[in-house]
Amino acid sequence: MSEQRAPASERDPGVEEILRARRDGGHVARKLPGPVAWFDLRNRSTGHLAFSLNRITGLGLVFYLYLHLGVLTLLLGGEDSWNGFLEVATLPVFLGLDVLLVFGLLVHGLNSTRLALIGSGYVPNHQKAMFWSLMAFGAIVLVYTALHVFGGE
Amino acid sequence: MTPTEGTPTRTVRVHRYDRGDDAPHMELHEVPVGPTTTVLEALRWIQLHEDPTLGLRHSCFHASCGTCGVRVNGKERLACVTSLSEFSGTVTVDPIANLPVLHDVVVDMAPFFERYPTAHPIVRESEFLPESATPDGIAEHDRYEDCIECGLCLSACPVAATDDTYVGPAALAYAQRLLEEPRGADRDAILDWADQDNAAWRCHAAFECTEACPSGVQPAQRIMALRKQLRRHRRDQGRDVPDRQSSEEKV
Repeated sequence: MSEQRAPASERDPGVEEILRARRDGGHVARKLPGPVAWFDLRNRSTGHLAFSLNRITGLGLVFYLYLHLGVLTLLLGGEDSWNGFLEVATLPVFLGLDVLLVFGLLVHGLNSTRLALIGSGYVPNHQKAMFWSLMAFGAIVLVYTALHVFGGE
Repeated sequence: MTPTEGTPTRTVRVHRYDRGDDAPHMELHEVPVGPTTTVLEALRWIQLHEDPTLGLRHSCFHASCGTCGVRVNGKERLACVTSLSEFSGTVTVDPIANLPVLHDVVVDMAPFFERYPTAHPIVRESEFLPESATPDGIAEHDRYEDCIECGLCLSACPVAATDDTYVGPAALAYAQRLLEEPRGADRDAILDWADQDNAAWRCHAAFECTEACPSGVQPAQRIMALRKQLRRHRRDQGRDVPDRQSSEEKV
């Protein structure tokens, strides 16, 4: 007749402690708390940079969408209200924000194109090269846009 | 114990935590080093000469077992093959992230393995030979893959940092490997498992898992290949877009 084995917790009291820690969840080491970890680029690679940029620009574009809708409501105030806004919109600071918006659109749009391609299983081994190539293209477009925005005509 | 005078030393900063502690703390140790001293050797020196209560886990010493995964200066590494000379200044050793810490730099790997799909076929040809009898029940634990199940990929993953329900890169890479060579495993069941909200589609393609992997599994590339198969699977089932209803029903 085979001898009945004692429960693991009796053979080694430490087992019960481990099981309890497991049940309680214990302390989970995190790089940084919560979503802050998304933007921690220390010791991270190109892929993480792309991930962080996409999150930041995504949040920025959502904020802009609501801002844009808010600005459009000025039309309800009539022609004077809208013309008053246009005067503010041509201030250099506001033009700078326009360039920032284009930056967000370019980064998010180009990087999302890259993500759609690699996420569909195409060229995942060249994701870094694709990121830097698209960002270089985006930089050229951004410089052209900035010159156009600040140069007037 | 103080290192012998004249011996070069390095300062190693070690994460200390015991169950029941309110919070972890860091401890500094001066460790004698040679040109090839590894992080694991430094930790063992601390354990042998300064503090026997330091908890660490290791086995093979040659990057084969995957048990000594830690974060060295914030980077996921196997302590046994990581030389202190790769880093300048104080070397900080933390447990891998996104898993519960049991003691100091030792984490509970159970939640890591619980993430895997249940299909575990015996896959090595040699195991079908009569002379290679294996213990009863081993089949359900056996997997065929080059992954050493160290958990570094899960630690490096930014999605796992904020979502404990995400199955993570290792489990998804395993599912993809299984699809490449199912050997009797239910292909549709694996694809359905990978099609859950917290599986293949939860990956945000940061490729940190591939950067961290010490055995060249390339989990991120495998997840992308898995998605390709999932799209084909959906198309075969007449589903072109994510079926939210069926996902909720699965839950």
